[in-house]
This record gives sequence, structure tokens and C-alpha cells, in this order.
Amino acid sequence: MSEIQHLQPSMSADFDSRNLDWYIDRIVQSLVFIAGISAIIFIIGIFVFITMEGFGFLLEDFTFREFFLSPFWEPSDEDAPEYGILALVAGTASVTGLAMVVAIPFSLGAAIFIGEFATGKLRESLKVLVELLAAIPSVVWGFIGLSIMNPLIIDLFDVPVGLNVLNAGIILGLMAAPIMTSIAEDALKAVPDRYREAAEALGATRWQVIFKTVLPAAKNGLLGAVLLGVGRGFGETMAVLMATGHAVNIPSSLFDPVRALTATIAAELGETAVGSPHYQALFTIGIFLFIITFLINLSADLIVRGIRKG
Amino acid sequence: MRKISYAISVAASSLFIAFTAQAADRTVIQNKGSDTLVNVAQAWAEAYGGVDANVAVAVSGGGSGTGIAAMINGTVDIANASRQMKNKELKLAKSKGQDPIEHVVGYDALAVFIHQDNPADTLDYDQLKSVFGRGGKATKWSDLGLKVPGCKGDEIVVVSRQNNSGTYAYFKKEVLGKKGKYRQGTLDMHGSKDVVDLVEKTPCAIGYSGLAYATDHIKMACIMKDGGDCVTPSVETASDRSYPIARPLFMYTNGEPQGAIKTYLDWVKSDEGQCILLEKGYAPVRGVSCN
Repeated sequence: MSEIQHLQPSMSADFDSRNLDWYIDRIVQSLVFIAGISAIIFIIGIFVFITMEGFGFLLEDFTFREFFLSPFWEPSDEDAPEYGILALVAGTASVTGLAMVVAIPFSLGAAIFIGEFATGKLRESLKVLVELLAAIPSVVWGFIGLSIMNPLIIDLFDVPVGLNVLNAGIILGLMAAPIMTSIAEDALKAVPDRYREAAEALGATRWQVIFKTVLPAAKNGLLGAVLLGVGRGFGETMAVLMATGHAVNIPSSLFDPVRALTATIAAELGETAVGSPHYQALFTIGIFLFIITFLINLSADLIVRGIRKG
Repeated sequence: MRKISYAISVAASSLFIAFTAQAADRTVIQNKGSDTLVNVAQAWAEAYGGVDANVAVAVSGGGSGTGIAAMINGTVDIANASRQMKNKELKLAKSKGQDPIEHVVGYDALAVFIHQDNPADTLDYDQLKSVFGRGGKATKWSDLGLKVPGCKGDEIVVVSRQNNSGTYAYFKKEVLGKKGKYRQGTLDMHGSKDVVDLVEKTPCAIGYSGLAYATDHIKMACIMKDGGDCVTPSVETASDRSYPIARPLFMYTNGEPQGAIKTYLDWVKSDEGQCILLEKGYAPVRGVSCN
């Protein structure tokens, strides 16, 4: 921006002819500017919108104690509606936690292989495949959870229903792994080759080079990758809606069905009366989710930027 | 998907009816509301074209809430609802100068579904409360004195509906009582068919849904209320009101119906109208003989 503003006066002074090209130039400039800041406008617009929709609930029916500490979610009850999201938060957290347990070894291993071992064609095709995996729509993952994982879990573990924390956690872990792999691989690549060369010159084996030199140097980038995966897990909706079993429940084992915050909004918003306390409570969950994902993504970004500069 | 294509066809046909009606200078009755009732209402509207060519009925869905909201705002002649208007809604309507009058046009029996292999034949309200209700004691089939083959863990898998469904609200009010609430950890399915599908496949499961969704591979419990005889859900037991978990289906008019609206409602409640309802899988308000 500053560069453009800086150039302009001298340009018009030199040529001093406002022909068609000059106008086109100005129009394109402002269009590019608008496109450039559109992300900021949208983010602010969305935040203002969900806050406005949820505001009535925050003023009237909302109590901090009930909202965050009660496990009972029964907002459609006529006489005594209950707006506790504790069980929903526990559902989202348990599924995301398990997803990270699944995704971290997978994505770290894949990133190390692609970044440090694979070469030439193998490396290129692996990178393309990982990106392809990231592009699979979440409803397809949900479908896999529902129709493949569900009977598999029932058979393997002898439980009555296979839609539970385990199912959704594995699905979500597989969904988050490709993005985490890409970012982790970037982080490994950002480690200068002279580190590796120095370690090898000291007689380190390949494993020692990676474990003692490359991984510690890429620590922040890897942490950023994990945090982005967590953000993905919190925000994912369709797959968890289909694979969790959709039961308001604080899980006590891997085989308990749960319900996620996002899935609750998706399942209930369509059929609530606009402006009702139930509708506003769902938007309040939206505000909560927005803040959480914003904080996770922001800290991931700051951590990743931190290493690039340092 | 079916809901969407329904909405489109209903919208298209009501648009068509509205157009032709204007052209021929006919009376148009605006009819809106419940998705449970929408296919019956549509069939009624179509058949009524052959009864009185000067009256056209424009039907659209959108849910009971939508229909009731339109009645409150005075934009429909007849609102369809699978639940009764709440006191709050009645007050709001009165304050806007409307006077909603309730007409029962049919019944929808909610069956309690269990797996085919489940040995339970009868279930009473206390047992249902202890299975479905918050604080209920029955979490294992053995708590009800049953041993279900194929259900190794013995635990009861309780299948329910999402909390804004009319079925969810009616079952809660009827079985769990006015102050009753569902237990934690029920699997909340998004449609009646999903409930039936899950219970069909899961020996440990119990769930509820409209009778119209029953299949040959599922068992319906015979229901006992207040120590009376047990009653099996069917169209007959729903229409003679002997089956306890049957919800009335309503049509609301603004004030006592008059003119074309009265004639239409009378026809809906006549044998001809009630036979159309029966054909769609719901129970008539009284015994009718259909051919």
C-alpha cells in the first residue's frame, strides 16, 4: 500500500494525462485493495453478526455458571429450558484429544519421511497425495465413520453401537493429519542444511541428525502444526456429527457416544424459531467456538512466525 | 432430501394453484405448517379439487412452528401443527387480534421400538420412565428383568430424537410427564427413519418413532398405562384413543371457520378426507370404512 501511494503523485505529475488507462489503473488498484482487505472485513462482519444474534441470550437467559458448568443441554423444554454446554465441550475436547493422539505420530512420521528421506519423484508424488488427502470432503469422512468404522468397532470391541469417541477421534485424526503433515514438513524444510551437515560432520547417524538436530530446531513449527490440527478438530462439524453418535454425555470411556459443539449447532439451528432463546443460545455457542478457534489459530501463527524470524 | 423435494413440489404446485385460481376467480385457502402433516395436506388439497372446483387450497410445509407463526401474523387461513399451540403463542396471537381455534384432524401413534430378538412384550409407563427419564434406574436390560440375546454388555442403548422435533416433545410430555426430562447420553437421531434403522440393527437398543415408520424387522412393544391392559400401537388403537402415546394432529383456523374454510374442514373430517389420511399411514379421528 505505502509503495503505491508513494508512486502515484510522481506518476501523474510526469505524464499529467488522465486517459482511459489512468482510470483503469485506479479502478484495478482499488479493486485489488478491497480484495486484499476483504478477509478482515469478512472476519469482523461474521463476528459482529454472530454476536448480534446471540446477544439477547447473553443478556437474559445466560448465566456463566449454568452455561459452562452444567452438563444438561435441553434448550427446547417449554417450562424449564437448560443451557449447559459442559457435556458438549467434553465431547468436542475428547474427540479432538484422541484425534491428536492418532494424528501426531502419523503426520510427524510422514513429514520426516517426505522432508528428510524421500527424494525425487517419490517425494513429489507423496506431497501431491498428502494434499489430495486434505481435499477429501468432510461428509465423505463422516460416511466412512458411519458405514465402515461403525460395524468394525462393533465387531472388534463387542460394543452395542460403534458411533463413539473412538470412531470420531480416528476419523478426525485422519482428517487433520494431512494438513499437519504439510505444515510440519515446511517446518523441517526451514531448518538450514548447514545444521545437518555440521551434525553429520561430527559423525552423527541419520537418526541422530533428525532426532537431536532437526527436530529441536523445528520445534516451534511442529507445535504450530499440532495447534492447527487442534483448531481443525474443534471446528469440524459434518464428520463428527455423523460419527460421534450425537449424545449429550460426558464420556467415561472411548466407547461412549458424545456430541460436539459444532454438531449441536448444525443439527438444531435449522428448526428453531429465529430470535428464540434456543436460537440465540446456539449463536452463543458459535461465539464461544469462534473465540476458541481464533485463539488457537492465532497462537499457532505466532509460534510459526516466531521461528521463521529467529 | 425427500423433505427438500417435497418442499419444492409443494411450493411449485401451490404457486400453480394460486395462479390458476386467480385466473378463474376462485377462492384460495392458504394452508401452511407441519412437515408431518404436509403430505396428507397436499393429498387433501389435490382431492378437494375434484369436490369443489371453485375452491383451491394452497399448501406449504416448513414445520409446525412456521405454520403457527403464520397464524399469529394472520397470513394463513389454516395452520397445520403436529403439536398444540403453546400458551405463549396463544397470548401473542390474541394480542395481534387473532383467535386461533383448534381442530383435531387425525392421530399419529408413537410406537416404542425394540430389536426383534428382544423378549420384552409389554412395557409400562414406569419402565419407560426408568429407561428414558433423567434419574431413571434402568441402565441395563437386567434392571427390567430381561435377558436380551445378542446384547452382550446388557446395557440399554436409548435412542431418542433431536430436541426440536415434535416427536421428541410429545413423547417427553406424555411418557416422562410435564416436568420430566430425558436422561443424559441418549443417541439423538435426526429423523424417525434413523431411529428405526438403528434399533433394527442393535439388539441392545430401544427407541420411539411414528407408527408409519415401522418395518417388518422390528418389534413394537405393547404399552401399559396406569395398570390397565396393554395396547399394541396400530391405526385402530390410535383412532379409538385406547393407545396412550398417540398425538393429535391439528389444524388451526382464525375464529370459528366460515364459508369455504368451514366446508373444506368438514370435508377433511368426512369419511372421504379421513380415508386419505389413513392411506398416508396416520390414524383417523374416528372409525371409517374405506374401500
